[in-house]
Amino acid sequence: MKKVLMKGNEALAEGALIAGCRGFFGYPITPSSEIAEYMARKLPKIGGAFIQAESELAAINMIYGGSSTGTRVMTASSGPGISLKQEGISFISDAELPCLIVNVSRGGPGLGGIQPSQADYFQATRGGGHGDYRIIVLAPSSSQEMMDLAILAFELADKYRTPVMIMAEGTLGNLMEPVIVREAVTEFPDKPWVTTGCVGRKPNVINTLHLSQEELEGRNRHLTEKYRMISENEKRAESFLLDDAEIVVVAFGLLARIIKKSVMEARKKGVKAGLIRPVTLWPFPDEHIQAVSRTARIILSVEINMGQMVEDIRLAAGGKIPVEFYGRIGFTPNPEEITRQLLFIAEREGLL
Amino acid sequence: MKTVFKKPESLTDAKFHYCPGCTHGIIHRLIAECLDELKIREQTIGICPVGCSVLAYEYFNCDMLEAAHGRAPAIATAMKRLLPDRYLFTYQGDGDLASIGMGEIVHASLRGEKITVIFVNNTLYGMTGGQMAPTTLLGQVTTTSPYGRSKDWEGYPAKMAELLAQNEGSAYICRTAVNDPPNVVKTKRAIKKALQTQARGLGFSMVEVLSTCPTNWGLSPVEAMKWVEENMIPYYPLGEFKVKEEK
Repeated sequence: MKKVLMKGNEALAEGALIAGCRGFFGYPITPSSEIAEYMARKLPKIGGAFIQAESELAAINMIYGGSSTGTRVMTASSGPGISLKQEGISFISDAELPCLIVNVSRGGPGLGGIQPSQADYFQATRGGGHGDYRIIVLAPSSSQEMMDLAILAFELADKYRTPVMIMAEGTLGNLMEPVIVREAVTEFPDKPWVTTGCVGRKPNVINTLHLSQEELEGRNRHLTEKYRMISENEKRAESFLLDDAEIVVVAFGLLARIIKKSVMEARKKGVKAGLIRPVTLWPFPDEHIQAVSRTARIILSVEINMGQMVEDIRLAAGGKIPVEFYGRIGFTPNPEEITRQLLFIAEREGLL
Repeated sequence: MKTVFKKPESLTDAKFHYCPGCTHGIIHRLIAECLDELKIREQTIGICPVGCSVLAYEYFNCDMLEAAHGRAPAIATAMKRLLPDRYLFTYQGDGDLASIGMGEIVHASLRGEKITVIFVNNTLYGMTGGQMAPTTLLGQVTTTSPYGRSKDWEGYPAKMAELLAQNEGSAYICRTAVNDPPNVVKTKRAIKKALQTQARGLGFSMVEVLSTCPTNWGLSPVEAMKWVEENMIPYYPLGEFKVKEEK
């Protein structure tokens, strides 16, 4: 096994290639551009297609076309670009085309800033575009996970015929860490639905128009059943020091990794703290929240936004436990800042 | 008995939904005849637009995709790059190609994508009820240019064939009409030439076909054919605008 020093964005791109991705279609935007640059260097040498599209709209529609050929394809962008892609993501979801969409996030709304952000949580986990649909959303917390979740993303995308999004803070995309490079994926599922020319079979059609009420409702019921299966099978979260935890922090991404240190520091000062790190933002790991709702005293959601995931935590907690929020913008809090917050809550609640 | 005329294999048995006098049916048939004669039905993938021909995936007997409004050239681009030995055609109306899809069509041409575009120009948005398109003629009344299109307010109609012919990546650009039998024959010849241009890998190819919309023009089918000749052809001249013979 090879261990290599890699930027998060590069680890993700290499992970996609390891997973057999042979088409990248994207448009430059900070802080995601290294993914496109990596693919521009690598794909032409291994028989893949790299196109710098004229717009985010063209890029996501190239994904629609590319995936229709049965090829594993991906695009990468950041908040403003992901907003532009939403029409296409809605179409891709209804057409059930597997693909990877990466959001190396920056702050918004509007042009926002290029500092780290988790402010696209709502957009990612509620589908994002028009119509009733969801997409799987994965949140890595290290360069290693940028690679590993890229591989998983393609597997899940093919398994469920759905777009999968990886959402990472800009800091994670640009963070350099050692990465164990995985073995190339060699087994791929059959895709009898592809539009590659109908040699020896009946023509296939890829379409998202369902004019009759019966057909449209049937389509939506089919998608909903798929989302129910994904919810049942694919929730993922990391638990950290939860056994006796009285204050449970919920955080995702690179931020969650930093908060592990806050939790350990707080414990040294007598606070029984723990951490839940959702790895799938959709489906949201609500069972993890429900479990601590029965054992802990308080939940603290820490996010780099003004409070988005906290709504899913409250839904999961069902009013059984108080859920508080701590957020910053354009900035990943350092461990001390969150330790202070934990101590403040512990003192206020008489948990010291 | 000898068969002298039959439906092309590249069309399904589905009945067209088009209005009486609309020329989409003729254009569909010409494409299908070309696919049959070139024996490429099984190697061809078609992409239909949003507009009156949104259901074209039910009519062509080959692999088909339905695109988001205006985005067919982007979809075709990725497919052709990943399946270079296949034939890709898009079928697009004037709202789809020249308005919301202006970016995609221009860049597909600039990149010299080896795809064939069939561009159907009937000077307005048919499916949504006859609104103004970029191709609406000056003075023409539509539901959103109720006083007639004016150069001062709505600006000038888009000449897509001329515009795209300027791009180095364009290998074959032609404008035809289907208002009379000689023009129908010429249109078929142009579509075949465009597909052959794709086969030879010369670059981007497009046939702009002047079409009719009797329903939204408020004309009978026969009057509509006359309207093409008297009003459209003078502004949108027929002919080949770009013919590249080698790479």
